[in-house]
Amino acid sequence: MAPLSFATQVVQVLAGALLLISFAMLAERRSRRLLILLVWQGVVLVTSTVLVATSAHLTHLYYSAALTLLLKVCLLPWILFRLMRKLGIERDNEPLVNVPTLMLVGLGLVIFAFGLAQPVTALATTVLRHTLGIALAVILLSFLMILARRKAFTQVIGFLSLENGLFFAATSTTYGMPMVVELGMALDLLVAVFIFGIFFFHIREQFDSLDLDQLESLKED
Amino acid sequence: MTAVAYAWQVGECLLAIALAPLFAGWVGQCRAWLQNRSAPPLWQPYRVLRKLFHKDAALATHASWLFRAAPYVVFSTMVVAAAIIPSVTTDLPLARVADAIALVGVFATGRVFISLAAMDVGTAFGSMGARREMMIGFLAEPALLMVLFCAFMTYGSTALPSVVEGALSQHAVVLHPSLFFAGVAFVMVLLAENARLPVDNPSTHLELTMIHEAMILEYSARHLALLEWASWLKLFNYACIGFALFLPWGIAVHGAGIGLLALAIGALLVKLVIAGAALALFETLSAKLRLFRAPEFLTMAFLFAVLGLLVYLLLGV
Repeated sequence: MAPLSFATQVVQVLAGALLLISFAMLAERRSRRLLILLVWQGVVLVTSTVLVATSAHLTHLYYSAALTLLLKVCLLPWILFRLMRKLGIERDNEPLVNVPTLMLVGLGLVIFAFGLAQPVTALATTVLRHTLGIALAVILLSFLMILARRKAFTQVIGFLSLENGLFFAATSTTYGMPMVVELGMALDLLVAVFIFGIFFFHIREQFDSLDLDQLESLKED
Repeated sequence: MTAVAYAWQVGECLLAIALAPLFAGWVGQCRAWLQNRSAPPLWQPYRVLRKLFHKDAALATHASWLFRAAPYVVFSTMVVAAAIIPSVTTDLPLARVADAIALVGVFATGRVFISLAAMDVGTAFGSMGARREMMIGFLAEPALLMVLFCAFMTYGSTALPSVVEGALSQHAVVLHPSLFFAGVAFVMVLLAENARLPVDNPSTHLELTMIHEAMILEYSARHLALLEWASWLKLFNYACIGFALFLPWGIAVHGAGIGLLALAIGALLVKLVIAGAALALFETLSAKLRLFRAPEFLTMAFLFAVLGLLVYLLLGV
């Protein structure tokens, strides 16, 4: 294998860090620390995007990195922090059943994602094509996190981490999406978080908690 | 060549035996500073050893030969382990004979003997500690093996000296994402195996949650001294495995002169100072886990190590 440039190596390490953060999120019980992990994921994403932009000399990637920094590292976490404080769930401790099993399922997903990425990698031409497997794994792990969680708030964090995984997949295989698509997605995300915020209050008004298991009581027996 | 190599083999063992209490003392000192206590002197562990060696040993009435033999066995397994790990030089005749998988076996032997001895007298504390130790051990061992496999795959050998030589022979700086995963897993295994804070509290002496202390509760005098020394040696050994796998810079490779060896000892000391301070900082920041959370902690370690292997397969570095 040809020796890789230092920037590419750093991006590969950052890809590893993304995967590590995804697993940490899967096992984290406290909402507050989960949100902090999401911020870290955003920081890693911005750093890797900037590095890809410098090594591939692509100006539009700088814009998308700036957009990510603004939206995913600053604005969305700030909105979510405020929501958390308003809902009074800052110190919430979500019970998770059987974390070791969850971890092993996650490991299976990672193997699946790596296998899935292999044929795509063979066709891609970017230097970072190998990290596509990691991006796919982050996406699948976020899905698993949404499935395993019972609280609405943590499911939203899972959704945002899913979007981070998609963004990373786009940067690693095709050097980012067209600007229009990226702007549209950013706007979607922002609106989604606002709508989620409104839903949180509705759910809590109805059931006195954000536990989604209670939604089942809507069913008629 | 051989005579010099054997001399360094013995010298390295003696260095490990002599430095291990100092390292433990340094970790204790850092912890005390971080907790705003006045710190014990750096050579406090040596004083403890001298005090214990001067006392008369008291044995339980029902103690068998196993109870008396265990401290010597445990201490010698740790010395053998120190002989295999290339902490100063890779020119070790013993390390060429036994690879890192044998090293894990040596650690396991020590663990089995200390657990058997703890159950031998038949006190409740002892057998409880032994059972807990075995639970932690059987979860930590696969994680440790996976960490080692990760490094073995990267450098293509199961012997620790070859791993160190492989890492030092790279000309350009190569970052290995797989080894970052393995490094995180290794730190978790180190904490669990050495009865450090998130899994066991090393500073408690009479508590229901203790693991290591519960096993050596019945020991006194020279037996206790040997066991304490062995546990300090174990921490030292784990630190040196970590240096060999992840921070090999400074270790003298095959055929190095006396100047480079002196430099290697200096580098080892610097690394130990930094690692001890980091360990103390981590221990001060983290709270003890409930015992039934320990499997979760070690599953994470195992998982990170396996992820390291997978990332190696995916990225090829």
